[in-house]
Amino acid sequence: MSRVVGLTGDEAIAYAVKQIDVDVVAAYPITPQTIIVEAFSEYVHNGEVNTEFVCVESEHSAMSACIGASLTGARVFTASSSQGLALMHEMLYIASGLRCPIVMGVVNRALSAPINIHGDHSDMMASRDCGWIQIYAENAQEAYDWVMQAFKIAEDQDVLLPVSVNIDGFILSHSLEGVKVLGDEDAKRFVSTRKPVLTVDPARPITVGALCLTDYYFETKRQQAEALNETPKMIDKVNKEYGSLTGRRYSFVETYGMEDAEVAILCLGSTAGTAKTVAKNLRSLGRKVGVIKPWVYRPFPTEEIMKTLENVEALAVLDRACSFGALYGALCSDVVAALYQNGKGLNVFNVVYGLGGRDIAPFDIEAIFKEALTVAETGLVKEPLRFVGVRE
Amino acid sequence: MVTLKELTTEELFTSGHRLCAGCGAGTIARMTMKALRGPTVAVNATGCLEVSSTIYPFTSWKIPWVHIAFENAAAVASGIESGYKAMMKRGAWDRHVDVIAFAGDGGTFDIGIQAISGALERGHDFLYICYDNEAYMNTGIQRSGATPHGAATTTSPAGTKIPGKPEFKKDFIGICAAHGIEYAATASPAYWNDYITKVCKGIEVKGPAVVHVFSPCPLGMRHDSEKSIEMARLAVQTRYWPVYEVEKGKYKLNIKVPKPKPVIEFLQPQGRFRHLFQPQFKHELDVIQHWVDQNWQRITALCGET
Repeated sequence: MSRVVGLTGDEAIAYAVKQIDVDVVAAYPITPQTIIVEAFSEYVHNGEVNTEFVCVESEHSAMSACIGASLTGARVFTASSSQGLALMHEMLYIASGLRCPIVMGVVNRALSAPINIHGDHSDMMASRDCGWIQIYAENAQEAYDWVMQAFKIAEDQDVLLPVSVNIDGFILSHSLEGVKVLGDEDAKRFVSTRKPVLTVDPARPITVGALCLTDYYFETKRQQAEALNETPKMIDKVNKEYGSLTGRRYSFVETYGMEDAEVAILCLGSTAGTAKTVAKNLRSLGRKVGVIKPWVYRPFPTEEIMKTLENVEALAVLDRACSFGALYGALCSDVVAALYQNGKGLNVFNVVYGLGGRDIAPFDIEAIFKEALTVAETGLVKEPLRFVGVRE
Repeated sequence: MVTLKELTTEELFTSGHRLCAGCGAGTIARMTMKALRGPTVAVNATGCLEVSSTIYPFTSWKIPWVHIAFENAAAVASGIESGYKAMMKRGAWDRHVDVIAFAGDGGTFDIGIQAISGALERGHDFLYICYDNEAYMNTGIQRSGATPHGAATTTSPAGTKIPGKPEFKKDFIGICAAHGIEYAATASPAYWNDYITKVCKGIEVKGPAVVHVFSPCPLGMRHDSEKSIEMARLAVQTRYWPVYEVEKGKYKLNIKVPKPKPVIEFLQPQGRFRHLFQPQFKHELDVIQHWVDQNWQRITALCGET
């Protein structure tokens, strides 16, 4: 039986992990992820889960323990943010390289220096090439729903790759929402138990993590690239199953107003909520604007994004992270590459916004839409990369 | 103490690996495998033993073997132990598995010390074996926190001003014992039955256990490769490497050395100490002998020996 519960983004993630009753959680506290480990600790100490909760001494050890546990065939979850994710960076590549279907809640937060605890995407974007499936949720409901689906996607025998479910630090992690949750039995039935293929088992000894030199390393990486690119089939399958169970249908990209939009904003996470509200107001005034929100960032949903852009004349891509020294932020670089590859000479400009949790207000978004309309009209992009909401 | 007759003739760490002739790590791995009591998983930190025993598509290991990275063997062992425990709870796993982590001194004394401390404090049921060849031998002989005073390495060379490593070796077993774990011990491969007995004990302990074993390295310590076990014996007989154990907090000296040889007998055959025998640095030999005497006194006092 589905019901509505008041949960913050962090709590929604912890609640999903509780319902799934994962085998091992190895995690370390860091703001703004801490509520996840705190909430989960209560489930453990109140006997509501059977999970082995390993309170490790660092995020590096968190991911190391997760990899070890995952190799035994156990179902594994962890969560982190910012510096913690950066400390894990080395292990992120090993988790995907050894094909460990670990699920991680990433509560996005700015990277030091200067130190800042608030939300931006610098942390995950710095690890975007780590071979994980990367999902961005707009609100607590989506965070809950994606965590439910993430285990099923990760553990599929044709996937066997780790998944990160990202939510914006504080904006989502600490905001209370009404979240529709599955009944415990429905949740268990949907996710089922992990059916591992090749595990560390003394009855069938294998060597894991061998040294691969110039003669084999490249082939393993080639296979890994292939594996990640093949995941959309399974993501789609799980989205459909979850949709028929809950009525909430996810996919690679969500759009708003794109059926007739002439200009659009493309962004990740909670900002899409603000953008949709502004778009709604502008559309009521007759402006043909829309919003494109990729749920899945890796593998990059090129085809799905291109479909949304068929009739668009100008596009603003919003990056909540700075790729220092690059032409664009990470998201915009991907979008521009997709456009180029598809021979579409669309006018694009990139907005870097909201670093360190700086608020992005409806008037900021409105100004971006208006700039996009001007670009569409004049066919001129004056500033390909601009910083919005900053004191210059 | 185990006897030779009791040991299995089965080789779970097989020949064909690429470790150097005379490498202590290979001997130690082989002897460790003789101490197993049942289903076991080995975790290996990055290092000589790891790179030389599992060059894809070959492996020397007939038990499940996992290498993740350099600094986290203890954390990975925590995860493996927790994975089986959790699956046992929900009936997806039905037998106890022993977990043994192998790491060199770099992966233990330096970059791995945090993960070890965490795993010991959390009380995971695993045995951690540090094979200590007293430097980063795998990357080409750089000094570590386990390198002894005076030893020349590529990052503590025998200079004209500074003759080798100025600092002294860390007390790793002291650090482990301070966590209040049930079993911690030192060993030397020259005393094989003492070592194998300690591995057995470490496996039997419910909770974390640590064995710190001297690992001769002909390449890095620069001694003849056929002299490895001799070096491992001299380390003990000069009191350079006290062989003791800490069981439930109680120290016990396992190998008494009533008539110690002077430490120079251990130092002289090793090229890493050669510079100390030049007239201008000879006082350093006294410094090392003094350290050995002091350390022996400290350990024997802890062991209640007078």
